[in-house]
Amino acid sequence: MKYWISAAVILALALGVALSRINEYFFFAGFVVLTFVVLATAWNILGGYAGYVNFGTAAFFGLGAYSATVLFKWQGAPLAVQIAGGALVCALLGFGVGLLTLRLRGIFFAIATVAVIFICETLMVNWRYVGGATGLQLLRPEVLAPFETYTRMLFVVMALLAVAAVSTARYIQTSWIGRGLRAIRDSEEAAEGSGVPTLKLKLFACTVSGALMGAAGAPWPMYLSFIEPASSFNLTYSVSALAMPMIGGTGHWIGPVIGALLLGSVQQIVTVTISNEINVLVVGVLLVLFVVLAPDGVVGLFRKWTRYFK
Amino acid sequence: MFFSFDLLLEAILFGVLLGCFYAAVSIGLSVSFGLLDVPHVAHPAIMVFGAYCTYLLNTYNFDPIVAGIVLMVPFFLLGMLVYRFYYEAFERRGSEAAVRGLAFFFGLAFIIEVGLILAFGVDQRLVSAPYIGSSLELGEYRIPYRMLVAFGVALVLTFSLTLYLSKTFTGRAIKAVAQDEPALRLMGANPVRIKQWAFGIATAVSALAGAMLIIVGPVDPSLDRVYIGRTFAVVVLAGLGSMTGTLAAGLILGISESIVLMLFGASWAPAVAFGLLLIVLGIRPQGLFGR
Amino acid sequence: MDPILQVKAVSKHFGGFTALSDVSIDIAPGERFGLIGPNGSGKTTLINCISGALRNDGGSIRFEGVEVSGLAAYKRTRRGIARSFQIPRPFHSMSVLENLLVPYEYVVHLKESDAEKQAMDILAKIGLAEKAHAQSNQLSQVELRKLELARAMAAKPRLLISDEAMAGLSGSEVDEVLKILFDLNASGITVIMIEHIMQAVMRFSQRVVCLDAGKIICEGTPASIVANPDVQRAYLGA
Repeated sequence: MKYWISAAVILALALGVALSRINEYFFFAGFVVLTFVVLATAWNILGGYAGYVNFGTAAFFGLGAYSATVLFKWQGAPLAVQIAGGALVCALLGFGVGLLTLRLRGIFFAIATVAVIFICETLMVNWRYVGGATGLQLLRPEVLAPFETYTRMLFVVMALLAVAAVSTARYIQTSWIGRGLRAIRDSEEAAEGSGVPTLKLKLFACTVSGALMGAAGAPWPMYLSFIEPASSFNLTYSVSALAMPMIGGTGHWIGPVIGALLLGSVQQIVTVTISNEINVLVVGVLLVLFVVLAPDGVVGLFRKWTRYFK
Repeated sequence: MFFSFDLLLEAILFGVLLGCFYAAVSIGLSVSFGLLDVPHVAHPAIMVFGAYCTYLLNTYNFDPIVAGIVLMVPFFLLGMLVYRFYYEAFERRGSEAAVRGLAFFFGLAFIIEVGLILAFGVDQRLVSAPYIGSSLELGEYRIPYRMLVAFGVALVLTFSLTLYLSKTFTGRAIKAVAQDEPALRLMGANPVRIKQWAFGIATAVSALAGAMLIIVGPVDPSLDRVYIGRTFAVVVLAGLGSMTGTLAAGLILGISESIVLMLFGASWAPAVAFGLLLIVLGIRPQGLFGR
Repeated sequence: MDPILQVKAVSKHFGGFTALSDVSIDIAPGERFGLIGPNGSGKTTLINCISGALRNDGGSIRFEGVEVSGLAAYKRTRRGIARSFQIPRPFHSMSVLENLLVPYEYVVHLKESDAEKQAMDILAKIGLAEKAHAQSNQLSQVELRKLELARAMAAKPRLLISDEAMAGLSGSEVDEVLKILFDLNASGITVIMIEHIMQAVMRFSQRVVCLDAGKIICEGTPASIVANPDVQRAYLGA
């Protein structure tokens, strides 16, 4: 119950902030950080809970963006339909890739997800309807009252998606599904021997994870008023979506949120003040540092410190 | 899309040369991932790093192949260091650390790529050598000399490594540790030392592979991404642990890519490796000659 | 009475290596069955084929009259085949109690509160009750073995395969584990025991089969097996 109250408060805050006089830049940056909350949370459902590393977040994100573009260009679909479309397409992709490779060892799944990025990107590069390699300009529709600008509205939409994603992750984690996924992560063979339908659960996690990532990508063409393959399928999304839960902590739904807020903010600051390359370097270095020194992430460190001081 | 028998033959010829080249750049991964089971997604990144080192030496008038061979020594040491680190931080701690090991190499690949961007910028780099730029004329076909050089080095590399693994004591120990580590321990050999040595060799081979990479064409820091597809496609198609399989798989990839290039153009060619990888994983994940 | 498990002409290859060749065994319900053989003879491979961790290449495996060789492992567990692992594989991020909740949820489909009660009963019976909330990756060797058995028991099996549950344990620890297996059998569970500790196999088994290089070389009572020259040769070399 406490959770739902907090969630409602956060949404109310987001709405309040969007209607306030705060500088427009806050919403540009906030939209990006919230996107990463969704991506990191989605990644963790399969990566953290079940232990199957997905390198292909960029594929799902980009495909979500392109699905939204197609729906918008073809039918003038409203944002909600775009998001639903992105989620559906990426759910299918997640299911397909999972069916193909989740029967195999973890690293084969990971490599297959890299393959998916490139194949999706190549397909979009060669598809003239969505602008091919040069991309497509998009005209935003009129912004709905009470929002002053379209970006402010997108900010609230992404906040909604973030709450939806985290709620989904929380439900999975605390349910019998979560225990099954943890059993798979701890010892897949023993899980099968204890009656856990490992392939089915992995497929479920992969599909849900993919759907959420697709939903996160769908508002981006409207955010940028533009879409093109290279930036939509940028590998940085994959590294970030992996680094954030690893830094925040993979066992609990709050981990990816912490990781996304921390790393996302750092990324915004570094990209603006220094350079984009240094930004990626920082992500890579932090990922390696945490993976080696603090494997349980910020959540793990916090637990250790509180135990130490008890 | 103009189709002719001549064009097809030329594509196949080019594909054979390209395929041997792909086999040579994948053979390091065949050892580190195929035999040692290390999830080495940073293999192409280290290779690209080797290509840039070759470029640097080339600016001091080193012939690229000589540079590649010279670089094998420091890269060997680098490989031993990386494996030691990986072993202590991850492999030792059991299967819980498997996810983190994978994430580690992914992060490492990114750090190398960004490091190269910061050091050299995003522009493409080339090397110069007497055999780059001109072609051999065989009747109606023109084969670039640099492809022949890469082809030659690739064959030599593949055969020497295969011989090393089957004829020398250390080589056979490496194969043994891949198949039955406890038995090896019982025979008094230290599996960690052997794996470290093997990873060092794999990395040294990557240095030479990097030299070939920049001989065959220009490089830029993001090249490692498409080569993740190519090298893993070759290693998985070959079957983990099979050296000769690597040559066969490389040829299949090279010829497929060359034909796709001819039929559909350069915008589709990079996806061939990734598509092949997915097909192999879906239909026959143990590859052609897998254990 | 119909056998609870019928293994007929089962074979298994790994590349060029034949791990099992033409293995046939019938096991009666409620029987205490011992499986012995030198290292590498195929015992664990056979167990993996029965439990579903591996698929047999040839032959058939029937459990309670139903062909199971094509079924996924988790389906076989739900049908009543449980096994413990040679090297214990606890769910290391979970407590001892939680480990048992997994089969309760996925095989028996109990609510968490009922499952916890029954799990505590099992833990009490095997002597792990005080460790119920301990992290499973902090147990001693014998406690880990007991957890393996407890987790297999939580799946309410009708056939339990115990894969070298006593390897490396001291004399009194072996007795502890043996008592657990005897009690399980007394409650109606058929038990297949793989062991190297001969005195345990002899005390426990009603019937013993010896494997060597993937083939059955001998079958009979414990006493006759021990006296069999082929068995002695397999273990000690010619």
